[in-house]
Amino acid sequence: MLLSLMIFIPLLGMIAVLLLPRESEELIKRVTLLFTLIPLALAVFLFITYDRSTAGTQYVHGPVPWIDAFNIQYHIGIDGLSVTLLLLTALLGPICVIASWRNIEKGIKAYMALFLLLETGMLGFFAALDLFLFYVFFELTLLPMYFLIGIWGGPRREYAAIKFFLYTLFGSVLMLVAMIAVYLNSNIVNGVAEGLRTFDIPTLITLASTQGHALADSNFQMWVFVGFFIGFAVKVPIFPFHTWLPDAHVEAPTAISVILAGVLLKMGTYGLVRINMAMFPQGLDHFTNGIGFWGNSLALLGFINIVYGSFCALAQTDFKKLVAYSSIGHMGFVILGLAARNSEGITGAILQMFNHGVISAMLFLLVGVLYDRAHHREINGFGGLGTRMPVYTGITTLAFMASLGLPGLSGFVGEALSLIGAYGEFKWLTILSTIGIVVGAAYFLWTLQRVFLGNLNPKYEDLPEINGREILTLVPLAILTILLGVWPNLAIDMFRESVTNLTNLINGLAI
Amino acid sequence: MQPLSNIDSLLHFSPEILLVIFAAAVIILDLVVKNRESIAVAHLALVGCLCTLAAVLFIHFTFGKEEPVSLFLGMIQLDVFSTFFKVLLLLATAATILFSLRSEELDAKLKGEYYALLLAITFGMFLMASSTNLLMIFIALETVSLTSYILAGFLTHSPRSSEAAFKYITYGAVASGTMLFGLSLLFGMAGTGDLTQIGGRITELLASGEVSSLTVLIAITFVLAGVGYKIASVPFHMWSPDVYEGAPIPITAFLSVASKSAGFALFIRFFYTGFGSTGLMQSVDWPFMLAIVSALTMTVGNFAALPQQNVKRLLAYSSIAHGGYLLMGGVLLTSEGVGAILFYLVVYLFMNLGAFYVVVLVANEMGSETIDGYRGLGSRAPLVAIAMVVFLASLTGLPPLAGFFGKWLLFTAVLEQGYYWLALVGLLNSVVSLYYYARIFRAMYFEDAGEETDSVSFSTSTFALLSVFVIPTIFIGFLNIFYTFSNISVSVIPMQ
Repeated sequence: MLLSLMIFIPLLGMIAVLLLPRESEELIKRVTLLFTLIPLALAVFLFITYDRSTAGTQYVHGPVPWIDAFNIQYHIGIDGLSVTLLLLTALLGPICVIASWRNIEKGIKAYMALFLLLETGMLGFFAALDLFLFYVFFELTLLPMYFLIGIWGGPRREYAAIKFFLYTLFGSVLMLVAMIAVYLNSNIVNGVAEGLRTFDIPTLITLASTQGHALADSNFQMWVFVGFFIGFAVKVPIFPFHTWLPDAHVEAPTAISVILAGVLLKMGTYGLVRINMAMFPQGLDHFTNGIGFWGNSLALLGFINIVYGSFCALAQTDFKKLVAYSSIGHMGFVILGLAARNSEGITGAILQMFNHGVISAMLFLLVGVLYDRAHHREINGFGGLGTRMPVYTGITTLAFMASLGLPGLSGFVGEALSLIGAYGEFKWLTILSTIGIVVGAAYFLWTLQRVFLGNLNPKYEDLPEINGREILTLVPLAILTILLGVWPNLAIDMFRESVTNLTNLINGLAI
Repeated sequence: MQPLSNIDSLLHFSPEILLVIFAAAVIILDLVVKNRESIAVAHLALVGCLCTLAAVLFIHFTFGKEEPVSLFLGMIQLDVFSTFFKVLLLLATAATILFSLRSEELDAKLKGEYYALLLAITFGMFLMASSTNLLMIFIALETVSLTSYILAGFLTHSPRSSEAAFKYITYGAVASGTMLFGLSLLFGMAGTGDLTQIGGRITELLASGEVSSLTVLIAITFVLAGVGYKIASVPFHMWSPDVYEGAPIPITAFLSVASKSAGFALFIRFFYTGFGSTGLMQSVDWPFMLAIVSALTMTVGNFAALPQQNVKRLLAYSSIAHGGYLLMGGVLLTSEGVGAILFYLVVYLFMNLGAFYVVVLVANEMGSETIDGYRGLGSRAPLVAIAMVVFLASLTGLPPLAGFFGKWLLFTAVLEQGYYWLALVGLLNSVVSLYYYARIFRAMYFEDAGEETDSVSFSTSTFALLSVFVIPTIFIGFLNIFYTFSNISVSVIPMQ
């Protein structure tokens, strides 16, 4: 019940916002903030009371019958992975509202309403335990995102918005086929139909490892794995499905970039863990067993993401595009960690999901701060800002260091664990992937040099320092970055049992 | 089950009789009322729809609920299936009357005929949904076709409308002729026009070698030409964009929903009652042939819609594409497939009529049917624009809207029979369709309105009618009862 409340409070907030008159902008913003703070409070409550000693789902609501004709149920609950990402989503909600406080000029009412709808979609997605519900929440984020980019975005917003929409929908229809295939086979045991079909994710996971069940067929698992994988790969994004991301990021308003990088990308990797790995371990085996080309393909994709993303970032002169490509690179570590299939790798991947959510949110907020003042993002157009904006420079340096993986800050732990996990399985790929870290350090340090050091561009002599509202959005994230850098167990404890459970499930079945 | 005699059938036939009475009454009232601006005629037609609806439901619960009843010596059949379609058709007619009341294109002088014809076409569609005899099928189809030719050309001052009507007649005449030829071949072989017996007779003839399977193939293909024309499936779809663009908007809406629904009713009854239950199906791989037609129909419809500038024409192509999706359900010859068709038709009724209603409103207020006319609608008329987003998103098939649940049923039915390629084609088509629906989103929200930026106000009744379409489009998928409906309706059709 608590969880349902958390998911649907933003939706209630949307209705409340829609009922307010268009003119009372301050009130609309405050109401939105309130309706995003409640889920955050609930998330903190979950964080405190979540039982870390078990891998089972907690705070389960349902299953409540929804559409009987297809045995579709309303069933939600959280395990260690979901609670981590719910926390991230709930945290970024109010931060984005505060970040949008001043720089959304037109249609604030529609903006906030869409944002709240988006938040419901994201929260619901991470908590859904029914495959159908999972898909509905997954798709529910599309339309708000499309409008948020398309209406409030930059000059090429129309192109970016429709590209995002088409790419994601393309991925999700393939996922839909796979989902229907799973549903249709969910009651077939030894070629005979028995009982009702089901969408229940925990049940499906059990069935998929039951001898003789149609879902446990290795070939079947391989194909549905591919279907789901493409759906999630577009979202992550995994090369070659990544091209929507730089466009969407560059055009989206700051807060929406934060949500995109912070939460939407995690929906992809979360889906990979929740569905692809847990439900289709034998399908996973085809792509991670290290035999031949396909046996290394998942790790290879992770490697490509890391190296390709980093080199692309190095070539960018647009600050926001640089951060966008660096996201592609960092998501590669998640894929690499997952491909390793051992507890270090998966722990690293999940930690990296959370950390990347926090760090990339900071980076996009920081880019937004600069853009609001200078109205451009050309890295070479700045210089010497360190003397004008010391506080801003300090926070940016922290975020850069965290992102490039400086030990002591959170980015390091996740990437290191992913690499440690991967090293045992894919030695050479892992060694080559470290190129990404070196290049990552290069582009961040080079950017630091070009923007903050050197001679001050006379145009920006009176550039105002970062203000209190902006600092308010950044401080919680900065604290988390440092805290998780020195005390990663704070996060790891949340999902340790779930990861153990998952690795057992995967490797118990693998050959 | 013994067919009822002509006299005994009359009571069961009362909804149809009521429709005819009201159609006549509309004409008489039109003669009596002197004031040309009066809306009394339209209201009488609306009352006619409601009375007929009441009669349909009354007859259903009194006679047709349990067992199908065969009327007029086996000419038509009263069953759950036909009741389902009658209710659907009446809703579409009532909505069309309400649209017409608000539409400013129609000539005030001709309103009496207009509404009388609408009731007459509904009568014809009732027959299409319930005929079980080859002759009745043809008569029903012709009643509908002839009336729709006139309605399509109803804008006497518009050359496009006349052109539409002319094209419609030309295509229609060829299609009807072809169909009639097919029907006569079937009748000649079987010696009976009764759908319930034809299948068995022809199976016997095929088995004894008196008739070659090629003859049967030709006969059925010819019949399908007529049906394909009504549901605008490739390659019989060419008429529909021109007709949809030229006809008055309410008629376009009506044709795209009601005419298609009636076409599917006929298709299902002809194929399943007539042929589904016999071994005839094995002679040719009908599912495969229909799958090809279905895939082509949706692909042609969607790709042709991509470059359109006129929203009516765009929706015309989109409705061809939806005919293709619907056909997927017919491909399978399974009750799940037909159930999915029926469910989708209900959803389609609300979302497509809703979209056309917005087209009517925009045509009235902005005087434009092109996509450019939708510029800035998001800020000028926010509620109407939001409604349009709901309809178009539902047509695309985005959850949690009803259109998604409809497609979900269709795709599940297709995948259940192992037609993975067809489901993939269908789903990729949905992605394509997003692109052209999104062009309307873009015009409404992303582009500036230009010079005119005043907000447009609509009456409360407009919003009330709009919500009649929006609310079901959002919620139908969540309600179990609609799935039950479509399943019960299917149960009377004998399957293989």
